Amino acid sequence: MRPLFPFRIEVRPQPSTSMVIGVSLLAILAAFLVSGLILQAYGMSSVRDYGVVLQETLGSPQGIAEVVRKTIPLLLAGVGLALAFRAQFWNIGAEGQLLAGAVAAAGVALFAPIPAPWLLPCMFVAGFVAGSLWGSLPTLLKVKVGVNEVITSLMMNYMALYSVQWLIYGPWKGKSMRGFAYTDPFPQAAWLPLIPGTRVHWPTLIVGLTLALGITFLLSRTRLGYEVRVLGLNPEAARYAGIDGARVTLLVMLISGGAAGLAGVGEVAGIHHKLLGPTQISLGYGYTAIIVAWLARGNPLAIILTSLLVGFIFASGDVAKVALRIPVQIVEVLNGLILVFLIGSERLLSYRVRWAPASPPSLPRPSTSRPLPPGEGEGGDGGDGTSDLQHTPDVERL
Amino acid sequence: MRNITKTFPGVVANDRVTLEVRAGEIHALLGENGAGKTTLMHILYGLYQPDAGEILLQGQPVRIRSPRDAISLGFGLVPQQFLLVHRHTVAENIALGLPGTRFLFPARQVERRVREVAERHGLEIDPRAFIWQLSAGEQQRVEILKALMRGARVLILDEPTGILTPRERESLFRVLRRMAGAGHAIIFITHKLDEVMAIADGITVLRKGRVVATLAKGEADQRSLARLMVGREIAGERPKRQQPPGEAVLTVSNLWARNDRQHPALRGISFSVHQREILGVAGVAGNGQRELIEVLTGLRQPLSGHVEVCGREMTGASPREFFEAGVAHIPEERRRRGIVPGMSVAENLVLRRYREPPFAKGPLLDLHAVTEFAEDAVAAYGIDTTGPRAAAQVLSGGNLQRLILARELSGSPRLLIASHPTHGLDIAATDYIHELLLQQRDQGAALLLISEDLEEILRLADRIMVLYAGEVKDILPVADAEPERIGMMMAGLGRE
Repeated sequence: MRPLFPFRIEVRPQPSTSMVIGVSLLAILAAFLVSGLILQAYGMSSVRDYGVVLQETLGSPQGIAEVVRKTIPLLLAGVGLALAFRAQFWNIGAEGQLLAGAVAAAGVALFAPIPAPWLLPCMFVAGFVAGSLWGSLPTLLKVKVGVNEVITSLMMNYMALYSVQWLIYGPWKGKSMRGFAYTDPFPQAAWLPLIPGTRVHWPTLIVGLTLALGITFLLSRTRLGYEVRVLGLNPEAARYAGIDGARVTLLVMLISGGAAGLAGVGEVAGIHHKLLGPTQISLGYGYTAIIVAWLARGNPLAIILTSLLVGFIFASGDVAKVALRIPVQIVEVLNGLILVFLIGSERLLSYRVRWAPASPPSLPRPSTSRPLPPGEGEGGDGGDGTSDLQHTPDVERL
Repeated sequence: MRNITKTFPGVVANDRVTLEVRAGEIHALLGENGAGKTTLMHILYGLYQPDAGEILLQGQPVRIRSPRDAISLGFGLVPQQFLLVHRHTVAENIALGLPGTRFLFPARQVERRVREVAERHGLEIDPRAFIWQLSAGEQQRVEILKALMRGARVLILDEPTGILTPRERESLFRVLRRMAGAGHAIIFITHKLDEVMAIADGITVLRKGRVVATLAKGEADQRSLARLMVGREIAGERPKRQQPPGEAVLTVSNLWARNDRQHPALRGISFSVHQREILGVAGVAGNGQRELIEVLTGLRQPLSGHVEVCGREMTGASPREFFEAGVAHIPEERRRRGIVPGMSVAENLVLRRYREPPFAKGPLLDLHAVTEFAEDAVAAYGIDTTGPRAAAQVLSGGNLQRLILARELSGSPRLLIASHPTHGLDIAATDYIHELLLQQRDQGAALLLISEDLEEILRLADRIMVLYAGEVKDILPVADAEPERIGMMMAGLGRE
């Protein structure tokens, strides 16, 4: 109930689902408006340009396929992150885990003597394990010695990035690639099948959708999922209930890192068919997946929608680059704006602003010795729909 | 305050409440939890706006839109939970937000004034002490000083004695009398009858949002006040026990443990609790109770000593092992430790047993069994909720405690450790929980009851153990326990 002349800010009791969705959509719209201004400053007509981009992106099967292609890694990494966030483990390292998965898949594809039909499954397993292990390092540091996981998991992204560079410039540098810093191409048996005429590697998509459903089931129907939720919502109660927080966190991160690792497998086996520069393997999917998981508010099913949304933004950036010849960085600006607006809109969900017209405050008014009529005391009345409980923070703020 | 009405959805928190306090008067606002005392004071302090009614200050109607208005009008609130910056000194805390302080080194200038005001009111305090060095009673003095230095003429104290030792309480009362003598008006919110009798000049009794009586000091006695407050007389009798205690369930010997600051909090404690027995642990908060409970439930590792449950060595076991050995725990911090607020009533009811059948089938949860169990528990314990799927965070304190009891008692525990089980609950909920505890005892369980409410311990316990500074002062049968003697031992006097 802070006054903010002439408005008053109040705590809003639990917002409804439609409210959440509505406000989120408004925030995205606001982000588009602001980036429209940036486009204007670039000397382009934003309304027409948005139309062109929309038409090119969603108006053709190829366009839609590109959206789906960009969605796949975001879906996988996003589902993993959503699970980690539900356990209150702030995994910022999906990018590194994704690269670790890509490296492992490339290693299997290039060097493992595995018969053809088993090669792809083995690559997926290797990618999952590599992502898990990469993710388990910051987790062990956290649960054993209490190191902040945000820092360590973030730093490990750079370790992964430079490791990949070292591999492609050094020991794994391809002979057939002349001067380029690539590995040799994977054998045909290590190529993921595509939906004809597109670059959608559908097996990875199916893995991603299955994982989203699986994690939903895990959270709602299993003992581990119950433990994850208790741990995430009230670690103190988890300890009281005898839940081994370290074990649960480690399991969660094995799955979370593994999911990002699978995304890496999909990129190298489905698109590039070789290990190449880290920024070419991943266009920051591991970082963008944080946005995806945030947007979905940790709900693995909602990740399917939010990864499609962000996939669309990525794809439309490519379109904008080609059709409008604007720098691709604009897309990143748009991404950033959307996130900023969404995080900002969170405040709107938990508070509301009310019109509370000013009246001279409180001091006894010398001119009026008559008592106030009862109705006049109700002008700026707050507190409807709010209980004592929700007001406690206000009291504590005094 | 005249005819104040305030409604929240579904509840009338204050219904045409009129409260009159004179300068120089200590006025007790008496009522159970949920009677509307706090709401009324929040209106006076500008935290809520009343739906109807008016506030008159020295005959003039005033509007209080925010605490800032309230402060400038001369109201001061000493909250239940202190709002002090622990790493700052007393003077720095008082300087914070005090009008007219310098921009640089405000505390130095304030220090002198703090000493003056403190001396005038008999509030001994060192302005240079850090808050974290102070006891609860001293921190309360800082809050009072804060209010006085901002020019408070009307001082509101919200349940001020809950955290004080008997001696600190006496000193608070002396301060309050002195302040009243100097012309301050004091509103004293409480639900403790003896305090009302000890200090109040005038009494307003609230029940269910309405004023049921306004009395002067001479017109009231404890019994009539109790009747007014709850609408019926409290049964003061101790419930009779049926069978003598049996074998030892919990045996603790020479137990040492550290607190969170790594200071020794338990210094060689030994005692035992038997079947069909309630051992009450009396003591002022911070004398080792918390650490004792945590060691006995696996939440804290002891330094040395032994804990045995039913003859089994349990020293240093995990919370899960303790629970599986039959130790149930009603934690002190209901919302923080006892439940997961974001989860449903049903999910909270299986917090301890989700991993065993019938709730778990291998790695999966049987949601059907969970719901069924929850429905039974909600009915059996009278948990007031819209259903097992409702979020636990919307339950009131009393209903939360019912939920926790339903969960902890569901496994027929051998030892029940109940920490402040009725703290902050109204009389009906308190009675119900007492009944459940006695029932457990009569069914053969051993109970360890930790409470700051001496009355509660005297009423329920068979033997009383007094903890002081991490040591057992004495263990004595309740028949020998005169409140005065216990109180002395709680304050560190008397025998070891």
